[in-house]
Amino acid sequence: MSQNFIAIDGFNFYYGQSKCLKNITLGIAPKEVTSIIGPSGCGKSTLLRCFNRMNDLIPNTRIEGTIHIDGQNIYTPDVDVVDLRRKVGMVFQRPNPFPKSIFENVAYGLRINGVKNKEFIAEKIEQGLINAGLWNEVKDRLHENALRLSGGQQQRLCVARALAIEPEVVLMDEPASALDPIATAKLEELIVELKKKYTIVIVTHNMQQAARISDITVFLMQGELIERGKTSEIFTRPTKKITEEYITGRFG
Amino acid sequence: MFRLKEKIIRTAFLINGVLVIMILAGIFLLLVLNAMPTFKEVPWKEFLTGKNWNPSSDYNPGYGIVSMIVSTFMVTLGSLVLAVPIGIGTAAYLSDVASPKVREIAKPVVEILAGIPSVVIGFLGIVMVGPFIAKMTGTYSGLNALNGSVLLAVMALPTIVSLCEDALANVPKSFQEASLALGASHWQTLVKVKLQAASSGIIAACMLGMGRAIGETMTVLMATGNAPAFPSGFLNSVRPMTSTIAIELGEVPYFTTHYHALFAVGLVLFLITFVINMIADIVLHRYESKLR
Amino acid sequence: MKSYKKAQTKFLEQVVGFGFLRLCMLIILGILSVIFFDIISKSWGVITWEFLTQSPRNGMAEGGILPTIVGTVLITIITAIFSVPLGMGCAIYLNEYAGTGKLTRLIRISIRNLSGVPSIVYGLFGVALFVEAMHFGTCILSAGLTLGLMTLPWTITASEEALKGVPMSYREGSLALGATQWQSIRTNVLPYAIPGMLTGTILGLARAAGETAPILFTGAAFALPGLPKSLFDQFMAMPYHLYIMSTQHHAIEIVRPIAYGTALVLILVVFLMNLSAIVLRYHLRKSRQE
Repeated sequence: MSQNFIAIDGFNFYYGQSKCLKNITLGIAPKEVTSIIGPSGCGKSTLLRCFNRMNDLIPNTRIEGTIHIDGQNIYTPDVDVVDLRRKVGMVFQRPNPFPKSIFENVAYGLRINGVKNKEFIAEKIEQGLINAGLWNEVKDRLHENALRLSGGQQQRLCVARALAIEPEVVLMDEPASALDPIATAKLEELIVELKKKYTIVIVTHNMQQAARISDITVFLMQGELIERGKTSEIFTRPTKKITEEYITGRFG
Repeated sequence: MFRLKEKIIRTAFLINGVLVIMILAGIFLLLVLNAMPTFKEVPWKEFLTGKNWNPSSDYNPGYGIVSMIVSTFMVTLGSLVLAVPIGIGTAAYLSDVASPKVREIAKPVVEILAGIPSVVIGFLGIVMVGPFIAKMTGTYSGLNALNGSVLLAVMALPTIVSLCEDALANVPKSFQEASLALGASHWQTLVKVKLQAASSGIIAACMLGMGRAIGETMTVLMATGNAPAFPSGFLNSVRPMTSTIAIELGEVPYFTTHYHALFAVGLVLFLITFVINMIADIVLHRYESKLR
Repeated sequence: MKSYKKAQTKFLEQVVGFGFLRLCMLIILGILSVIFFDIISKSWGVITWEFLTQSPRNGMAEGGILPTIVGTVLITIITAIFSVPLGMGCAIYLNEYAGTGKLTRLIRISIRNLSGVPSIVYGLFGVALFVEAMHFGTCILSAGLTLGLMTLPWTITASEEALKGVPMSYREGSLALGATQWQSIRTNVLPYAIPGMLTGTILGLARAAGETAPILFTGAAFALPGLPKSLFDQFMAMPYHLYIMSTQHHAIEIVRPIAYGTALVLILVVFLMNLSAIVLRYHLRKSRQE
């Protein structure tokens, strides 16, 4: 278990009466890209949102089992969700920049953490935007409203925003689903670059994308974990028949 | 524990939320407390069943509220007879007949009507509707139940129109399409499908309009002529509950039986509107869950 | 031939039916035009600079209505100070913090019922609580607070609508960055909801400014020698003045023009408030899109 940065053990998730995640046990290694694939409604986004407890916002939900991140169970009562979320960043399905300037978007995470030093903030913002591969495109218009950026730029801005507070894990929930192919290619390049520093978990419905960028692939179906393995192996020699059927496009 | 500040803020907002319950409870409680002393002097039964309201009389004081309750309902029902058909008709016009352009102009017009203060409507009852009624019917002043009904109809119309329009807008498009596809005309679809599907919403709208009308004070105070006797017709002057409180509370010495009796009238008024609003609420709620 | 005839009756039915609906709309338009025509035509000559800037004279049979305008403005300010923060706070609790439990349901039922409580009952409550129990007496403060209570459900509803208009992604985005809930609300929800909150609130205050019944016994006065000097003074107010001038004055026919003038000024004040709310909404919407 020690080489796993995130360890999920016997995890169930209920929405009202229905069980959305069934007895999931899974390890996620540090500084790798893990992609979670599966047909829509299989619970992949739900699982991802458990890692930073975003599901707490949804009423009528409950969990069983444990998730450890960096050795700590994140579902015990003494865990501060706010601290957890600072450590585990997230990029959403649709780019969701705040209707503020580009600068203020990236600065947001720092400001709410009480950072006041202007030089430090400016430095972090530059670093975050460079890491997100956006610096050259926006350095001359940092004070423009972020909503004027293109969709792809907005999504990379959201990555920069997440990176500025230096999380350890970055969760990405179908981050390219609203982007065009060129913007998607740029984002994928970025993700591969980012794994040098961060542990990345990405949910995607695009199997080519999972094959291109991830080290480990996890296949989920109807709330159950079907298979986990090295991406190269899952896509060439899946051990389960159903995995093969899914990745060869016979359903889903 | 961590994040004490967050907890304090959360609790503050919670208290703020609970305050609303306390205000409603407080209104009820203060009405009850101030109404209770009435019944040391006046028996419950006389209060609720007596027709004679004459608290300031020295030798034969009467504390019966039947006359004013009947007046209230008479004026209110009169207003509904006028306002409900016109209100539903206008709502149906806005939702099914009017072009988008007309609708854009007509909707603010209805809102403007809602924005006219009730005292202005009451004033118009005195200077316009009253003389008109007097001329048409040959009565002396035209300040009577009919006048009150007309004015209350004007006041209830915007409520009824906008809520009925919401109800009609909430009818799923598929109902309408199914009916039109069966060869029904637009009018048949409106009457037989849409109005029926929206009926609970429309009933709720009318009940809320009724609640409004029952509680309306200034218009009836100014236009119904203020005769505390038992009403005998729409051309007679009447005095509904709200007017009675408005006229007498200003003149009565505090903490007399008369003063407390006015709170008792207020309590009855509160309970009546409370019940009507709750029924409207239940009807509406059931309707909404049916559509889902 | 038979079916053709049937279609014709169907068509006729529709023409008559729609005609009735049009008539309903025309009736409402007619009512509104008659109201405005009557008031404007009979008050046009009355409204002069003196009418707006002088006190009533000669047993209120001459002069202006300045004290009533001042009084209405003052109580509306008290109303706003009381009901705006409380209304917004309650809306924030309901939309941002509260779950779907029994307490939330009870709060919502209370709000709906409060908005149905007759205005005269608010007046009684104001007498019992502010005038009597709290010993404020009949004054600006008591009347303003009474109107504030009456406005509260409207402010809450308007504020909640505005909060609902802020996309969920703003909240999720900031919470995912490790913002606490209050940080998220303060920095990423309220700034975008406040324009809508203000618009709805001003509409509610406009209604409060035109109300008469709640201030009848909580502080409005027939006539006063001068302008109020403190919150604990009685005051004159436009709606109450109109009531007095049309029913209680000893020479009602003579003061009728003054009543008309007061009615027009009152309507104009209420409409100006509504208009400013609409203009405010328009501008803030535009500036947000940029």
